[in-house]
Amino acid sequence: MIKVDNVVKTFGGFRAVDGASLEIAQGAITGLIGPNGAGKTTLFNVIAGVLKPTSGKVTMLGEDITGLAPHDLFHKGLLRTFQIAHEFGSMTCRENLMMVPGNQSGETLWNTWFGRKRIADEERALRAKADEVLEFLTISHLAEQKASQISGGQKKLLELGRTMMVDAKIVFLDEVGAGVNRTLLNTIGDAIIQLNKERGYTFVVIEHDMDFIGRLCDPVICMAEGKVLAEGTLAEIKANEQVIEAYLGTGLKNKDKVGA
Amino acid sequence: MDLLNAFITLANFVIIPAIAYGSQLALGALGVTLIYGILRFSNFAHGDTMAFGTMVTILITWLFQAWGISLGVLPTALLALPFGIAGCAAFVLLTDRAVYRFYRTQKAKPVILVIVSMGVMFIMNGVVRFIIGPDDHNFSDGERFIISARTFRELTGLQEGLAIRTSTGITVITAVVVVALLFWFLNKTRTGKSMRAYSDNEDLALLSGINPERVVLVTWVIVAALATVAGTLYGLDKSFKAFTYFQLLLPIFASAIVGGLGSPVGAIAGGFVIAFSEVTITYAWKKVIVYVLPDGMGPDGLVQLLSTDYKFAVSFIILLVVLLFRPTGLFKGKSV
Repeated sequence: MIKVDNVVKTFGGFRAVDGASLEIAQGAITGLIGPNGAGKTTLFNVIAGVLKPTSGKVTMLGEDITGLAPHDLFHKGLLRTFQIAHEFGSMTCRENLMMVPGNQSGETLWNTWFGRKRIADEERALRAKADEVLEFLTISHLAEQKASQISGGQKKLLELGRTMMVDAKIVFLDEVGAGVNRTLLNTIGDAIIQLNKERGYTFVVIEHDMDFIGRLCDPVICMAEGKVLAEGTLAEIKANEQVIEAYLGTGLKNKDKVGA
Repeated sequence: MDLLNAFITLANFVIIPAIAYGSQLALGALGVTLIYGILRFSNFAHGDTMAFGTMVTILITWLFQAWGISLGVLPTALLALPFGIAGCAAFVLLTDRAVYRFYRTQKAKPVILVIVSMGVMFIMNGVVRFIIGPDDHNFSDGERFIISARTFRELTGLQEGLAIRTSTGITVITAVVVVALLFWFLNKTRTGKSMRAYSDNEDLALLSGINPERVVLVTWVIVAALATVAGTLYGLDKSFKAFTYFQLLLPIFASAIVGGLGSPVGAIAGGFVIAFSEVTITYAWKKVIVYVLPDGMGPDGLVQLLSTDYKFAVSFIILLVVLLFRPTGLFKGKSV
């Protein structure tokens, strides 16, 4: 579905992504792992249009999307969340969700004055949808709460909820699990699986929690130093010598897991 | 002792002028604060944007006057105001296309944009003087007073008069209407919410499918409207001179910063704080004090804390004091 072809992104002399090539299959939940600084988030940013690649090409369903603006990609169904949860702090959780679908009729100055009824209808539908999403994520009680006041884990849920406000094709989740407790992480995991099965979302997940990756992802891609190191099922990845050296390490705890 | 006359004097020379001046500053500061909150730079060209909008309004007013169109007791300028706003919006959007957009796509730092806006300021300044000249222009017509000092004296039999000029009344009413509209727009409409979202978190706004160019466009149009209204009201109240508008930049920025940059409520509060301080500190209190104190105890001097020549210093001092104790302004704005 998404094809990344030899993408390079340099910051000054530093090559954050150094010729990464990978392919993401439609309907799969792909895990992206690798040590800190491996270029995972930078690659996400390049795919999502936040950063322009120095060289290389990104295609989505055969269409060249290299360097398109984030809001254009959004309308093509490519969404992402942030490693550190972002939110519109001055708005309530419900309003945060209602912001999401772009190109609403209320966005033009003309409709603001002359299209009141259309806007009202649209808002009503959006509101119902936002409430549905909040219900699904088990945070209905936070609907009226300012988004700046909710906890970090709840912000992560809100991030996930944002992707549910539109019919996304592919969603990039950047460390949804970071700083989130087990129970909440399970809720997030359940939501991802359900979205994948019922709505056919394709997911790409950056995560350091191997249990979480193991539960959700197949295949798994491992990056290190800006390059793709290995690709396969989690078991294959764990058995890969290079991956062990670069990321998983040979600590006792991991040794048990290797090859398991 | 005559407290009633003292109060009337105070109202006539301090309260009413300060309310009018405060409304004008508040409208100007709202424009500055919106640009800061949404486009993320301090727009030094704002004073001259006001001058440009006012200039267009004046030219159209003259045209209407030549055609014999008037609003009766109200100044013709009010009729010309929508055209002024349109002209100013067009000019500002042109500037954005030609100048600011380039720096926006480069993701230039705010410091660079500030300097760029200074360049724009000089150009606008030149354009305005080139078209209408550097001189004073008085374009106020219609009835001069809602209530004049003499009518008030005859009506109440008091010794002191209370004059309310038409321009003052219009300033306050227009300011209230404009501010109410702006807050409704920012808080209730989808476009306003997009603007707030963009101001809250630019990255997230982009990734939520909000079109940044549209947010920028709407922001400029609103800022042009605010600037033109503020400038025209100031011009009606006093008179129009390109250089005066350039000088207004200081109290306007002081208002926006005192209130908290990026906070619309703060801009309004800041406008009134600056206006009241400026007027009270430069006012000669002798008359009021003579009324308040028992007979014969009045002061000999004027009891004026600062000469009006130094009125801009007042903004500076308030600015310093507020920033020392509350770096984000009275209402929590953004601090960069």
